[in-house]
Order: sequence, then structure tokens, then C-alpha cells
Amino acid sequence: MKTLVWVEHDGTAVRDATLRTVTAASLLGEVHLLVVGHGVGGVAQAAAGIAGVGVVHVADDVEYAHLLAENVAPLVVELMGRHDAFLAPATTSGKALAPRVAALLDVMQISDILSVEGEDTFTRPIYAGNAIATVRTSDVKKVLTVRGTAFEKAASDGGTGRIETVESTGDKGLSTFVGQEIAASSRPELTSARVIVAGGRALGSGERFAELIEPLADRLGAGVGASRAAVDAGYVPNDYQIGQTGKIVAPEVYVAVGISGAIQHLAGMKDSKTIIAINKDEDAPIFQVADLGLVGDLFEIVPELTRKL
Amino acid sequence: MKVLVPIKRVLDYNVKPRVKADGSGIDLANVKMSMNPFDEIAVEEAIRLKEGGVASEVVVVSIGEPKAQDTLRTALAMGADRAILVTSEQRVEPLGIAKILRAIVAEEQPQLVILGKQAIDDDNNQTGQMLAGLLAWGQATFASKVEITPDGLTVTREVDGGLETDRYPFPAIVTADLRLNEPRYASLPNIMKAKAKPMAQRAAVEFALDLTPRLKTIGVAEPAARKGGVKVADVDELVMKLHAMGIAK
Repeated sequence: MKTLVWVEHDGTAVRDATLRTVTAASLLGEVHLLVVGHGVGGVAQAAAGIAGVGVVHVADDVEYAHLLAENVAPLVVELMGRHDAFLAPATTSGKALAPRVAALLDVMQISDILSVEGEDTFTRPIYAGNAIATVRTSDVKKVLTVRGTAFEKAASDGGTGRIETVESTGDKGLSTFVGQEIAASSRPELTSARVIVAGGRALGSGERFAELIEPLADRLGAGVGASRAAVDAGYVPNDYQIGQTGKIVAPEVYVAVGISGAIQHLAGMKDSKTIIAINKDEDAPIFQVADLGLVGDLFEIVPELTRKL
Repeated sequence: MKVLVPIKRVLDYNVKPRVKADGSGIDLANVKMSMNPFDEIAVEEAIRLKEGGVASEVVVVSIGEPKAQDTLRTALAMGADRAILVTSEQRVEPLGIAKILRAIVAEEQPQLVILGKQAIDDDNNQTGQMLAGLLAWGQATFASKVEITPDGLTVTREVDGGLETDRYPFPAIVTADLRLNEPRYASLPNIMKAKAKPMAQRAAVEFALDLTPRLKTIGVAEPAARKGGVKVADVDELVMKLHAMGIAK
């Protein structure tokens, strides 16, 4: 089977999610890549170095600068004439693009795959991860999004991919990029962080979230996340949200501070290797998944913990 | 401007899903069903557009079993003007739903279709994008803010790194994220009034589309259970354990 993997990048580097998607694709057959953007020669070079890849298709055009799904989907559809499966990481850009591609190919997409059981059979989470479904597709071509936490990263070097230029399919006139607010942070990115400290509504305000969570995260070299309640309350921006509809993470260590553990939150972090929970309610559901739990007042515990670590 | 809002009846988000003993799916017998929470946000947004004088009519549509009419009544009680119920004996996948919706769009000619970004049962996150692809319309996915101007809409979208703002001409698709708005509760008088609002009933077979499912569910299982660990007495014990586990150095 010839697979085509969507390369998620930030304009200069290939994101980890791509490497994990390459691993999923390699279980199906040959892995070819698609790099789309404007001024992405460096990304294409890096992508060609990923272990085991064949052709790296590169579409470099000003119309692709912001990766609008309306403009990228026709390009993918064209390339799918020569491939059997399209795989994208289940990131926001992958989730926006893949179903549009699937509809144009008349294929029923399989979202968020956790494993490859065969060339037409996959597992995926349903009901916020409270159940795992095994599904078999009868579509000849496959469109899949891949849950990053379920696959190891492919090696980012040692590959000998061959770069081929693809003609732009141009601007479809359906969408225009206006602007973005992307927070610059020196912290590890959540989906690839080794340690995450996450705060909940119990922190009470954005100021206290920063005062308590940030120093602990500094001490642990951690990424910072939050529950939906903390994001809704405005303590932190939306990209901090971990859960069913936010980011799915599986770090080595997850420290949940003042998070009760609603199923929607657990859906985003319960595959973490070690979970540590600090909460004043000893019956909070978070303790049912935590390896280490400490019941008490987080306003006393967190500063003390930060000091003593 | 007419706004179409497709909605889905799902297991209530407060109910813990239970896998059936035979592994064929989730047990939905005698459990509370509700409107998909993201669809409530979509309905709310459409109603606000009408209250703001931007939308002239809000039409809600649901595709599924006959009981989906309860969900449509809820949307009517929130303030939608009329409803379309499309019944289907067989399970319809997002691709099939998108095809039926394309046919309804051709009949109703809305300028805007607002959907929830995903349903909390199958967690597919597909229907809005698929419909946009089939119609060759713009797709403002994961919207947290929608501003309408005479020639189109400007939408702030929740993306992995933060927020992105894009602009779309009409007609267009919007998929609602969590922070687009806070849906209202239907008041008792409005629930009563909703009973008199029009609801058209159609059968999916009328659309003469091939809706045969492409995916077969071979089995549904509980995820590997995570066993709870231990509670520690104080910070000192926590620090000691973290050292023992090699987490703190």
C-alpha cells in the first residue's frame, strides 16, 4: 500500500506529530510525505531525512502560506490518485483538512486511530475514550487521522527521501487568512512535553494560576496545561486545554493541581505514565487514576512542593 | 439570511457510557439522551444571529431515529423557527449525513450552516468539514467567535498554538467550539410554544442516496483500566516518593 502522510510543521521544523504519523503509516506500507506551505524548502529537506520515507512531495506557494483547508484539500485529492491511504496527525490542522479530503474522495474517514490491526482495520477511541472501537473499512482508499500519543516517533534522521515538486492547485477563493495569536512560550509544547503541570478551576484566578503553577513547572522543566474549567474561567488561553476536545497528552509525569477529573479531562491525559494529583476533595475522580495523590489545600501544598523539590 | 443548524441526539454528557457485555457497542437502553453539547452551542449562535437582526430564519435538522424529534423540540424551545426530522432505520455515518445535508442545503438555500465541531459519542469531528467539501464552501472550523458583515464572516478559530482568524465569503460552514457562547436554557413558556412550531418529517430513503455504511464495527471494548495508586500523607512523603520514582532529582 502507498501511503501519503501530511507533514505538520511550523514553517521551519517538522513537528513530532508528523513522526508519530509516519510510524502509523509504515504499518500500512510505503510512506510518502506531503509538505505544503510557503518557503518550506527547509522543512522538505528535514522531512526527506525521516527514516524510511520515499518521495517527499512539496507544494510551495504563497496560496499555501497559511495552510487553509479549502486550498490544500484539492491538492491532496489530486495526489491521492497515486496513493492508497492519506494519514494526518489528529492536530487541529489535520482535523480540519482530512474530512474535507475524505468527502471529496467519497471515503468515510477513520478519526484518531490508536492502532493498525490490519490494512483495513483500526482501533479508535469513542465516548471520550471510555470505549475503544475496532472498525473495519470497506473503502478502497483510506483517510485516517492519527492519535500521536498512541504511536512512537519515527527517527528524524537517516532517511533518504526524494524531493519532488508538486504544482499548486491555487487559491479557491473560499477563505482568507486574517491573523493569529500564537503564544510564544519557552516551555515544552504540551503534546511532546516529558512532564506537564496542569491547573484547574480551584486555582481561583489567572494571577494565582501563574503564581502557583508556573514556579512548579519551572522546577520540573514542565509544560503547562489546564482543565476546561480553568480555560473557560479565563485563567489561561484556549491552547492550554487538555481533554476530550482539547489536547490529548501522555507525558512521563502529569501533575494535576486542583483538577477534579471530569471524564472529559481524563480523556485527554489518562495515558500519562505517572499521574500525581493534588486536590482538597478526597473523593475527586482524579484520585481514581492517580498513582500518587495528596489531599489538601493546594495553596499551601504547591508552594511547599515547589520549595522542597 | 437563513441559517441551517444540524443537530444530533447523543448520550447525555453527564452519563458514564457503559460497554455492552457482548462488546457490540455502548448500552443506550434506558439512559438519558440529550442534544450534543457542541450542537447546543451551534443552535445558540444561530438564535443570537436572529436576535441581532442578522439571520431571518433558523432551521434545525436532525438525522437519525424518530426520537431525535425530542432533540429538535429542544432546539425549537431555545428559539429555532422550524425543524426537519430525517428518519433512518440504519445507522448513518458522517459521510452519509453530509450527503443528506447537502440535499437539504440545495432545498433550503441557507447562507450559513452552523454545526457542532464534533459529537461526543463517536468523537469523529468530520461532518462540518465533509459538508463544506461536498458543497465547495469555506469551512470555519473550531469557531470561538463569529462576526458577520454584509459580504461574509470573520471567524476566530481555536487552533493548537492559540487562535487564528480567517475570513469567508457567503455561503459558508461554521463548526462551533466550546467557547463560542454559553447556550441558554429553554424556558417553560418557550417549551410550550415550541410544541406548535412546524416540524417536517422525511425519510432518509427519499433522498435516493447511497448511505450504506463504509465502516463495520467489529467490537467495542473498555479501555485498559488504570489502577489507582496511593495517597500520601504530606508534601515530604510526596517528595520522597518522587525521588524514589526518579521524577524529582
